[in-house]
Amino acid sequence: MRVALFATCLGDRLFADACADAVRLLRHLGVTVEFPRGQTCCGQPAHNAGHVDEARRMARHTLDVFADAEYVVLPSGSCAGMLRHTYPGLLEGAHADQARLLAGRTFELSQFVVEVLGVTDLGDGLEGRRVAYHHGCHALRSLRIHDEPLALLRGAGAQVLPWEADQECCGFGGLFSVKLPVVSAGMADRKLDTLPPVDVVTSSDGGCLMQLSGRAGRRGEAIPFRHLASLLWEAVS
Amino acid sequence: MSAPRPGGYAQAAADAIRNHPEVRSAVTAATRTFDTHRVEAWKEIDSDRWRDWARDVKQNVLTHLDRYLEEAEARLTQRGAHVHWAENASEALDLLARITERHGVKRVVKAKSMLTEELGVNASLEARGIRVRETDLGEYIIQLLGQPPSHIVGPAIHLSVDDCRRLFHERFGTPLDATPDALAAEARRALRADFLAADLGISGGNFLAADTGTLALIENEGNIRLSTSTPRVHVAFVGLEKLVPRLADLSGFLQLTSRSATGQAIGTFVSLITGPRRTGEPDGPEELHVILVDNGRTRVLADTKAWEALRCVRCGSCLNICPVYRQTGGHPYGYTYSGPIGAILAPGLLGLEEAMPLPFASSLCGACADVCPVRIPIPDLLLYWRERAVEAGLVPGLERAGMKAYAAAAERPALFGAAAASLRHIPWDRGGRALPVLGAWTGERTPPAVSPTSFRALWKKGIE
Repeated sequence: MRVALFATCLGDRLFADACADAVRLLRHLGVTVEFPRGQTCCGQPAHNAGHVDEARRMARHTLDVFADAEYVVLPSGSCAGMLRHTYPGLLEGAHADQARLLAGRTFELSQFVVEVLGVTDLGDGLEGRRVAYHHGCHALRSLRIHDEPLALLRGAGAQVLPWEADQECCGFGGLFSVKLPVVSAGMADRKLDTLPPVDVVTSSDGGCLMQLSGRAGRRGEAIPFRHLASLLWEAVS
Repeated sequence: MSAPRPGGYAQAAADAIRNHPEVRSAVTAATRTFDTHRVEAWKEIDSDRWRDWARDVKQNVLTHLDRYLEEAEARLTQRGAHVHWAENASEALDLLARITERHGVKRVVKAKSMLTEELGVNASLEARGIRVRETDLGEYIIQLLGQPPSHIVGPAIHLSVDDCRRLFHERFGTPLDATPDALAAEARRALRADFLAADLGISGGNFLAADTGTLALIENEGNIRLSTSTPRVHVAFVGLEKLVPRLADLSGFLQLTSRSATGQAIGTFVSLITGPRRTGEPDGPEELHVILVDNGRTRVLADTKAWEALRCVRCGSCLNICPVYRQTGGHPYGYTYSGPIGAILAPGLLGLEEAMPLPFASSLCGACADVCPVRIPIPDLLLYWRERAVEAGLVPGLERAGMKAYAAAAERPALFGAAAASLRHIPWDRGGRALPVLGAWTGERTPPAVSPTSFRALWKKGIE
């Protein structure tokens, strides 16, 4: 089985280690991992801010880059949602057909491990670890991923603690975070104010982690945040 | 003080969050309670099927609106109601003025109605020396404070019980530790006199059934029934989109709206009004006027994307679930309808330029779409208006140019990689002056931790 990893623009620069851990995890599960060098950004920042022409250009570029991939796996529910649900409606004609084909082979990492590989037991590397899981909005509501990451974490022995605001938006939202920074930060505050005492906060999405850790930092709170890919690799090792 | 407008949203929202944390607490607590009740109430029905049905019925109404409107007008007229058509707010207010003048109206009682807020009914009446009394408890409270509603269903949602205690203490001399029941009793006592003295009652309309000309009103306090039946004249303002085809459809819509709004199986009082008092009937108004209001709705109807927003039944469930709305309540939106539904109604009804930046006042988390009883694709419509805003040049030129450059780079992987590599060298904490986008991030958050080596480079080296 061949997987083309789409590291995403954010993953490449801000979560490079997590992307490397995703590669390690997939290889450990018997998958051949490729990294198409032409990949850049899926276009979501442009799309969400209304810059549709720019989003189309990036979508067409991404389609070309991943044209030969057997599967595309992303360490991001948000970007995976862009490929699966937005591309087919965003593009037209032959590109839309191509986008529909790509959508069917595109998965967020935890979704791929559980749905495609059928694995929920990675190991017991997270034994006794108290974890808070933030459900990224697009993973949760666009891809309808809820149980998959929790099953993988719990399967590895982690204790996923109840968190009142675990399904609420962190306030990132791409350009939203800088267009309305005070509202955005207020939303992160609601997450942080309700956070139970844990060893680590994790999520499938780097954007959310960047937002939550940035706000926690500004509040002077030392909360460890780690990308789900890294925790899942830790579960194995 | 000039009337608030959407253009002040960013500043007003920031002010509310920074300087009025009690508003966020009150709104968050109340909306979470509303939503918890909705979840429970939806469990008792096959909510997915009900929502499909409600969407389809409303879609049908809007598709054949001309026919249903004429049918409703004919039925209402047959039953002795006066039907009027208002293309915009000033026509609606003129129609009301003619009615009040003819009847020499001095005192008006009002049932809660968002449409009358949209039209500015109270200010118009008061300017002509007519005393207006809001009779819904929440509306009454904010009328005493001189504020607009902060929520479609709970207009005083931004206030705490203590805020109300202080207000009633100042106005009526009730003790500062009065129970909510005691405050309600005080309001009831004051309002009773207003009901009995009123010459005219004003209401909105939750639904208007075309086949019988029946106006349906949902409430919990009984004030709507009193406002519409005690005074000699009843004027109902009804938006064109409020029609349902048949009286039988009300069964589903009344329940679905109540379940979505407050989690009740149905409102405590439902009034079905089919005309003025008839000979031999003991109560009801002598005259019933129904003013059918367009005020931008047909323009929205003609827009093949935006028209879906007209399905809205004003339950407020999208406000209740919205993490953006919960930060501030409705006031910073500067528009009658706030939250997610307000952000997609405002561009259609007010015009996009006037509604800016409301379509951008959302993180696109999608929670609203999951709770809408008529399945309005709110995030898609927010994106639609954003796209239109970019086309119309309503976003900053710097953003436009930046996005073009970003897309151009994204098509050239080597350039994109080089640009990404430079992220590491951005002087984040000093960047605000050069690039406002950096300052907007670091004003509220610490800079992101850029990986020492990009993944691209790690891959090239080989991942063990």
